[in-house]
Amino acid sequence: MADRAYRAAPADTLRIEPLGELTAIFDRRSMQTHLVVSPLPEILDAMGADACTPAHIAERLAATFDLGSAEDARPVLAERLCELAAMGLVERA
Amino acid sequence: MRHCVRIAVGPVQFRIGSDWAGPVAALEHLYAAYPRDDARPADATVRLFAARPWRRWLRPSVHIGGDFVVPGALPLPLSMGLLAAEMAMNLQVALGWRRHLLLHASAVARDGRALIMSGESGSGKSTLAALLGEGDWRLMGDEFTLVDPAGGDAFAFPRAVSLKNEAIAEVAARVDPARLGPLLAGTPKGDIRHLIPRADAVVAMHAPARPALLLFPRFGGAAGIEPMGEGEAFVRLTEASTNYVALGEAGFAALTRLVRETPAFGITYPDSAAGIALVEALWAEAAR
Repeated sequence: MADRAYRAAPADTLRIEPLGELTAIFDRRSMQTHLVVSPLPEILDAMGADACTPAHIAERLAATFDLGSAEDARPVLAERLCELAAMGLVERA
Repeated sequence: MRHCVRIAVGPVQFRIGSDWAGPVAALEHLYAAYPRDDARPADATVRLFAARPWRRWLRPSVHIGGDFVVPGALPLPLSMGLLAAEMAMNLQVALGWRRHLLLHASAVARDGRALIMSGESGSGKSTLAALLGEGDWRLMGDEFTLVDPAGGDAFAFPRAVSLKNEAIAEVAARVDPARLGPLLAGTPKGDIRHLIPRADAVVAMHAPARPALLLFPRFGGAAGIEPMGEGEAFVRLTEASTNYVALGEAGFAALTRLVRETPAFGITYPDSAAGIALVEALWAEAAR
């Protein structure tokens, strides 16, 4: 589970607008609006167009954020990826 | 239909047909000063009809029809025909209008800038707008505010104001009785009486106003002001919009822009005077 790879929705399908503590994401494919909070927008941003496992994302986020131990971050990131997948914003690679 | 009238409220041209003369006569009275162009095609069609021919006379009850209908909606007695017409007009706009982002909100304008007030029924948004519209504000509407998806300006929908219950006496004490419609007592929404907007508000109904302040009023409790973040304002306004989903990305863009560019506050107030004082104080800050 923790090392499952995901790919973010193509950048041109999402319109991402930070609104204070919330971020509104409009998905042009489903016409749905998703309201998310940190760290979901940061995860999407870190994934870019690549297939990413939680370990990859932890590595990329660690360059900008203080994640503590990458070992602890991985299961948390795996859960967040599941949430993004449920919204259709990432899919299994 | 037997009786027909065309009415333009803001950008919406209504064509209203009725099996009875009464509701049409009442509308013609309320909207007598509105611009009329009977040759213009209708944007929305409303029908007030009897379910059976004999029900035009025998216990007459008014069914609501038009481009959009609510299945299973109960008819109203003919004595409430004006309310039926108002509900039907609102329904057509709420479900059918696509040219603007439609917010279930009242609005008033001053110096070309708009104050938009969104709230549930009973929040006092209509009463506040009506009272402000009797002062040095232009009433834009007590029910719907239209936001242009391209430019972000607010546009008016100044239908006759629907005063309810205690608000009737409060407003009636300040206006010429000729501007009030008949009292509709004991409707499903309580007592209702319509107020014809001031002539200047009708003349200026096509003039855009730049949104400058968003308020979410709540009637009751001590006077208070709560600043509201962009995210919460966005969520509340998606809930207050009847066509946000239908507009797709245009609606998303219009709403994100509105909440980013417009300061938002929740206000609570114990009475209209306190509510107006809060509005004026916040406006003085926002309009700087």
